[in-house]
Amino acid sequence: MDIVLQQLVNGLTLGSVYGLIAIGYTMVYGIIGMINFAHGDVYMVSAYITAIAIALLTFFGIESFPIIIIGTLFLTVAVTGAYGWVIERIAYRPLRNSSRLSVLISAIGMSLILQNYVQLSQGANQQGVPTLLSGALRFNVGDGFVQITYMKIFIIVASLIGMGVLTYIIQKTKLGRMCRATQQDRKMASILGINTDRIISIVFVIGATMAALAGVLITLDYGAFDFYVGFIIGIKAFTAAVLGGIGSLPGAMLGGLVLGLSEALFAGLISSDYKDVFSFSLLVLILIIRPSGLLGKPEVEKV
Amino acid sequence: MSNMVIKQTLLSLAVAGAATLAQADVVIGVAGPHTGAYAAFGLQLWKGAEKAAADINAAGGLNGEMIKLVKADDACEPKQAVSVANRLVDLDDAVAVVGHFCSSSSIPASSIYEEAGVLMVTPASTADGLTDPGLPNVFRVCGRNDQQADVAASYMVGTLNAKRIAIIHDKDSYGKGLADTTKATLNSYGVKEVMYEGLTRGEKDFNALVTKVRSVDADVVYFGGLHSEAGPLVRQLREQGSKAIFMSGDGIVSDEFVSVAGSPKYVDGILMTFGANPTSYPSGKKVIEAFRSDGYEPEGYTLYSYTAMQVVAAALSNNNLDPVKGADWLKSHSVQTVMGKKDFDSKGDLKVSDYVMYEWNAKGEYHQLN
Repeated sequence: MDIVLQQLVNGLTLGSVYGLIAIGYTMVYGIIGMINFAHGDVYMVSAYITAIAIALLTFFGIESFPIIIIGTLFLTVAVTGAYGWVIERIAYRPLRNSSRLSVLISAIGMSLILQNYVQLSQGANQQGVPTLLSGALRFNVGDGFVQITYMKIFIIVASLIGMGVLTYIIQKTKLGRMCRATQQDRKMASILGINTDRIISIVFVIGATMAALAGVLITLDYGAFDFYVGFIIGIKAFTAAVLGGIGSLPGAMLGGLVLGLSEALFAGLISSDYKDVFSFSLLVLILIIRPSGLLGKPEVEKV
Repeated sequence: MSNMVIKQTLLSLAVAGAATLAQADVVIGVAGPHTGAYAAFGLQLWKGAEKAAADINAAGGLNGEMIKLVKADDACEPKQAVSVANRLVDLDDAVAVVGHFCSSSSIPASSIYEEAGVLMVTPASTADGLTDPGLPNVFRVCGRNDQQADVAASYMVGTLNAKRIAIIHDKDSYGKGLADTTKATLNSYGVKEVMYEGLTRGEKDFNALVTKVRSVDADVVYFGGLHSEAGPLVRQLREQGSKAIFMSGDGIVSDEFVSVAGSPKYVDGILMTFGANPTSYPSGKKVIEAFRSDGYEPEGYTLYSYTAMQVVAAALSNNNLDPVKGADWLKSHSVQTVMGKKDFDSKGDLKVSDYVMYEWNAKGEYHQLN
């Protein structure tokens, strides 16, 4: 029993960060119909910025955890958001009216550029950040126990807040309305006076900030990263986005949680060797039953 | 058609001749992960080989010819290892290679070197499958996984008196090979492991696996793999409140292990098997001092790489720079190195292996146990 509960906690933390990164994939797909393959590497960049921010703050003699974490979050989100904006500006906007394939290739190129740029400027070695928040909650369950580190609780709470704020922005604010209008019909939206290029830029920045939030949380929790760390987690988050229905915001969050939980439960209760096989089989199964994902709207063919 | 082939052959011969005349150097490749997650080991290899080549060149080179090193980056990926091996052989005309690091890179590369008649001496690849096929050109100056597994298994059963052992590996030639042989050795002692699982290289979240370790109530966790996965694994074990003893092989011998684990407190008490302290040989004293005066601590595989270069140099200089004859010669002659006298058996393995147990402490340093 305690083991199943512990696996649920593991899956929940893993799933919530998958969800955060999946938001970037799903929003970009929703608005311009492309898969931003450089998104995993934006997450990787944010891991480096996290380490740099922590180093900077401790250099100035700040030691209290809340100030460090808020400062780090602020710096990382700002810088990573800027990365998102620049990437869209130089790699995707010039190709706005060309075929989907060109943008896709441009995205793959961007991903390689980011990886090699970080490798050259920061070195190829494994990097680490020290543990900032230690300690754990321990619950006794039957004969065993469930142990949750404060960091894990922080991850779950912070991702939920991040997702909540984003949902509010998209559903309730004027900016959100403009995003949704651009997503539904870009031409009509621009006729009605929405600067769609600017909205697309903003969507990239939002995706990057969510990846930055995930980057800060994961880097503080696992402590280790390198320039290649965006690859695997990017693939997983993309899977989560497809699972939940690409283009759908709640779908990305749900997809992340489903993927994280299924990985943790399968690895923990059956076999860790085949957990990826299981996740991808699940994806195939869901796509067979619901081709547009869990919460995706079926595509209407325009004639 | 055949005329053209002859013409081309003649042309390429002429070009090759011109190239060798132009540079009368002996080209030796240093192959390993110079970039990527395992670049720390690549640096150790390069530092050792570079220093050895400089020392040999300063002493007059190989039969009067200078050693020229070529860095070959395989990033610890088998596919890339094959392509850099082909490049070393075809483009750089290397006669010998010091490397590779990862066994999964060394194994596919070794057959390319064999076809081209290139001598290969690896400082670090310990998988049994590297020398077991019996290629005549392959040597290693480190031990084998089965020797390492022997030390680990007898320590677990004998000294630790472990009853419940969990074995985890990274599904790679080196890590899985080490885990497999350790498992087999443990079983031969009559101890059955309580868990045997693989994890994925490159991932950082092993919480689900860690919970499983807890659920089987393991008292020892044996990990076959490298430090970039071992670090997060041990950290997550401790964060979930497991007190199991963590033991691994020579894949975690790097200071980087501490920073990847997040804090020296997580590596406290970790056991690992590695060759007897490579800095302890009297014959290496001068070289170690030279390294330290340059501000570099020759940790991990640095001296192994130096040794590998010395073995290559001895084989070439005693056989008119012929790598094929050199490989043959190594099997019947011993070589004096910075790590003592090395003798090779007919498969290219060392005749004497010297694996011992090391322990990491709370300061993030490792030291040999008696």
